[in-house]
Amino acid sequence: MDRQLIARGVRRCSTPQFLLWILPWAALFAFGLYCAGLCLVKGLNQTNMDNRFAFGLWIFVDLTIIALGAGAFFTGFLLYILKLKDLDAVINSAVVIGFVCYSGAVAALLVDVGQPLRAWFTFWYPNVHSMLTEVTFCITCYLAVLLIEYLPIVLRNRKLREVPGFLVFEFELHKLIYVLAGVGTFLSFFHQGSLGGLFGVLRGHPFAFREGLAVWPSTFFLFILSAAAVGPSFILFTTWLISKLSGKRLVRPQVLQLLGRISGLLLGVYVLAKTVDTLIWINRTSPGAGFPAQEYFAWQPFGTWILFAEIVVFGLAPALILLTPRLRLRTNWLVSAAVLACLGVALNRFVMTLQTLALPTLSFDRYLSYWPSWQETGTFLAVVAFGVLVYSFSFRYLLLFPQEREFRQEPAAQVSETAVMDPVGRS
Amino acid sequence: MTGKRYGMSIDIDRCTGCGACMVACAVENNVPPAPEGATDRKGITWMRVFPVDNGRDGPDRKSVFVPMLCQQCGQDAPCVSVCPQQAVQVDPATGIVGQMPERCLGCRYCMAACPYHARYFNWWDPAWPAGMEKTLNPNVAPRMRGVVEKCNFCHGRWHAAKERAVGRGAREIDPADYVPACVEACPTAAIRFGDLNDPRSPVAQAAQQSGSFRLLEKLGTEPKIYYHSAREWVREIGRAPAGKEQVHG
Repeated sequence: MDRQLIARGVRRCSTPQFLLWILPWAALFAFGLYCAGLCLVKGLNQTNMDNRFAFGLWIFVDLTIIALGAGAFFTGFLLYILKLKDLDAVINSAVVIGFVCYSGAVAALLVDVGQPLRAWFTFWYPNVHSMLTEVTFCITCYLAVLLIEYLPIVLRNRKLREVPGFLVFEFELHKLIYVLAGVGTFLSFFHQGSLGGLFGVLRGHPFAFREGLAVWPSTFFLFILSAAAVGPSFILFTTWLISKLSGKRLVRPQVLQLLGRISGLLLGVYVLAKTVDTLIWINRTSPGAGFPAQEYFAWQPFGTWILFAEIVVFGLAPALILLTPRLRLRTNWLVSAAVLACLGVALNRFVMTLQTLALPTLSFDRYLSYWPSWQETGTFLAVVAFGVLVYSFSFRYLLLFPQEREFRQEPAAQVSETAVMDPVGRS
Repeated sequence: MTGKRYGMSIDIDRCTGCGACMVACAVENNVPPAPEGATDRKGITWMRVFPVDNGRDGPDRKSVFVPMLCQQCGQDAPCVSVCPQQAVQVDPATGIVGQMPERCLGCRYCMAACPYHARYFNWWDPAWPAGMEKTLNPNVAPRMRGVVEKCNFCHGRWHAAKERAVGRGAREIDPADYVPACVEACPTAAIRFGDLNDPRSPVAQAAQQSGSFRLLEKLGTEPKIYYHSAREWVREIGRAPAGKEQVHG
């Protein structure tokens, strides 16, 4: 039965091997569910968050995985709106990754709030001035869009295609894909931005507060740009990782190079914008609120090194690597740069969430630190395990990389990395 | 009804740090005793007295006590605009920033937004030792686990004062009828309360005195809590923290 579910034209490991891979992740997921259950039943006293560290590991992780999951909307935008057809090779995988990231983030958020059963209140009593309202509306809608985008991939499963109704439904759904890509892009732009706005509007915390355009602080635009920049990098990295783990060639090298080039271009623009924003913040915004910016970096361990790491090590360096055609052709450089870019966005989200809360705002207040409890860590691990499980099942039973089928029919020489020198793959 | 702007003035030079205001506040507002395992970072203290010193040693060391509570920000209170479901609102009749626990999602975004750390989350279910529940204030609803709460200038007392005014056939409440618990309990009269819009009220006059200051004024949150001290170094506590601590909490 298991073998009959696997797509035609691709090879997958044996059922026992697959079970062996799944088992530890399932165990981790079960442990994480137990941790989340403790937080839901006994309350958030199970966490190490407190009145000062009102946000902790979960919000940091949510912001990070939503940025990494941006590859779904951005790849869809590039493929269906800007017609970069080469990205057809990774779009299915991007949709699954996006779905995993967003559903994981929403699940973690539901554990994170004190009264999860009141989540619908935001739709009933929305405060239109709150960035969190915008985030809630857009993420909920976009998760629905991702679900609709994921559905045709599932319905194209070898066994499900045998049901004529499913086939027709999938065909009809696919017609909507351009609309979905457009709606997804619109929603994603807004919620990625409003996630940045969450912290940018905190004028009570001049470390995070930024001036901006109309009602949006500059972090609104920086978050959109950084998410769009690292989304393709994360798709690049995951495609490479899955290829290594499964021992299969999944996409042509030029697809990864194209992703790298797009990521590099956007990362370059982001680094420039971030640098200008930082200079304005240091010289005008923060001192204007009575907080000289240099004082933030006197609280160790968050010295100026963190700013340097964010902008140069994890921003400028990967951007330059990804924008250098010679380095882009070398897989090690390409993947390392993509990983650096992803780490950079994680560091940026860490700074915006946790460093903001660690720094004192009152002169008689203390600098505080926070370390997540095992229940918090367990819940976070459940999100990771959930992602791995959904992706593993999707990879096994759905055709996530259409080119994989072609590689089984083509001689190896035709798809070797040196065969195609055109980085955008249009040769 | 004419719009009032209730505020407080706290004379730091008078505060002895006795903590009577904290106790009175907790009793008045049905704040439950901290459960086992609670830390000072997870407790609920609508009113909290911080010991603060000038950071020097020996005979040069000076210290004061700073009672901290919700600063009842004026224009654009940071917590109001961030709440996704309008659980935080400013009463235009009183200027009091109020929290609706029944509508609160417990997202804690308002806590992250507050520069004064004057908002508290109910990390535990509220519980009182057996028999002690009989001492609960019937005019104030206890809050459930998973919601945020904070000082509301003893809103239960405001309601009671309104009822008394209505009983007398008066349109306005008598200022002597509405006094928050902390003000009432302070043995040195360090805390005063009243309408900042009324120039005759002692609190409005205290706000105009020299030596009067507010916390983090440059943020533009327009707090309605005025502190006062004749000493320069004490007034410095209203400013932003320095990387190398100048005053110690």
